[in-house]
Amino acid sequence: MNKEKLANSLIFSQLRTMWLVLKHTFTKADTVQYPEQKPYLAPRYRGRIVLTRDPSGEERCVACNLCAVACPVDCIALQQVVDDDGRKRADFFRINFSRCILCGFCEEACPTYAIQLTPDVELAEYDRQNLVYEKEHLLINGPGKYPDYSFYQQSGIVIAGKGKGEAEQERPPIDIKGLMP
Amino acid sequence: MMPEMLWKLLEITIIIALLIPMAAMLVWVERRVIGIWQDRHGPNRVGPFGILQSLADLLKILGKEDWIPPFSDRLVFVLAPIIGAICVLMSFAVVPFSPDIGVSDLNIGLLFFLAMASLAVYSVVLAGWASNSKYALLGGMRAAAQTVSYEVFMGLSVMGVVLLTGTFNLREIVLAQSEGWLIQSQFVGFFIFLVAGIAESHRLPFDLPEAETELTAGFHTEYSGLKFALFFLGEYLGVTLISAMSVVLFFGGWLMPEPLSAWLPPLVWFIIKIMCFVMFFILLRTSLPRPRFDQLLKFGWMVMLPLALLNLMVTALLRLTGVL
Repeated sequence: MNKEKLANSLIFSQLRTMWLVLKHTFTKADTVQYPEQKPYLAPRYRGRIVLTRDPSGEERCVACNLCAVACPVDCIALQQVVDDDGRKRADFFRINFSRCILCGFCEEACPTYAIQLTPDVELAEYDRQNLVYEKEHLLINGPGKYPDYSFYQQSGIVIAGKGKGEAEQERPPIDIKGLMP
Repeated sequence: MMPEMLWKLLEITIIIALLIPMAAMLVWVERRVIGIWQDRHGPNRVGPFGILQSLADLLKILGKEDWIPPFSDRLVFVLAPIIGAICVLMSFAVVPFSPDIGVSDLNIGLLFFLAMASLAVYSVVLAGWASNSKYALLGGMRAAAQTVSYEVFMGLSVMGVVLLTGTFNLREIVLAQSEGWLIQSQFVGFFIFLVAGIAESHRLPFDLPEAETELTAGFHTEYSGLKFALFFLGEYLGVTLISAMSVVLFFGGWLMPEPLSAWLPPLVWFIIKIMCFVMFFILLRTSLPRPRFDQLLKFGWMVMLPLALLNLMVTALLRLTGVL
């Protein structure tokens, strides 16, 4: 009986299995003892959703509804209003975390980096109603990822304090009726 | 006469009062040890090291609805788990725990144990039948076939022991091993007894009657609450019983070689030996896959039965020629 055949024989393979399992008495458990010992969650982990602000402290969200469209479980609801200063904002912004599956599609859909997922997964509540987060619960006081990005400084939309042609990648507007090149 | 009776009753009560919590503790031990072997921790939250896990389980199971399926045969359905637990507990009556502890010194103790092990199959078969559901019935039928096949050579495997010691009394079998444990000459018999014992107690890898992957939970599919707990009590008592019998028949019961025997009391040695076997049972459960049912029966009849007969004949031959 050659070596390979011996290893595959019924009784020897059973004994070998048992020996291999028994050796695990001395290996360390892989368990992370959760409430006392937090597992490492990467910065881009998809956890609780937040709404971020741009570097000047204004809300990034322009209430374009792309996140609500992308959401596969329809847990995002919002309404757009245009403020007097020309900025578009969400009149209300509501995420129902009891439906949210933390897929991150909203973050990918967002054109202004406003909606972002954070590495916080401790969302448990005793009352289901408490899982419905309104805008004031979602808004944070910082830019989150992409700290330097400001949508209104990149786009050509006119708002109070920033006229046409004053965005970062814009040149001053050309007078199309003038004769100069 | 009366004080003696009372003393005996007290002894029985103490043994039962210790055995049942021990069976409950075994559930925790098993989960914990399997956890360690699978690189987990197992239940470690309730009490120190999770030692009160069984108590928590018990409290929870007491709070469960004691449901009897409307399609079942009520009387038999209720009776089946009780039969199971009683049969196993009865077997402990003949187990000699230490030189002066042990309920009964039946002169046919070994046969009594075999009889009770065979009776225990009624619990499983009746549970399967009374549940009136296909999974339970299949599990019960499997249990019947398995027990009938495996108790044949279980009986034969211990006959070598009887041949060498000349008695069916378990206490005398232990005392006959004071010169040397019977495992020295009866290792084949021990192997056969162990395999048959695993099959009798429906433990992995021979847990075909309750094969989760095929039969949901086998014969106890329809059981819940306390009756389910009784089945589990029976199963873990069965594990302890088979371990105890292996120790008594082949590993010298409470006896230990000279220097070791003085260190600890006989009862403690006995329990230590039993725990080694229980650990072995748990190791089997974690590491071995379950065979197909026809393979199980084929293995029993084609391999183990001839082996048991051969072992018996060779033992008898050696006994006659005076080698053993």
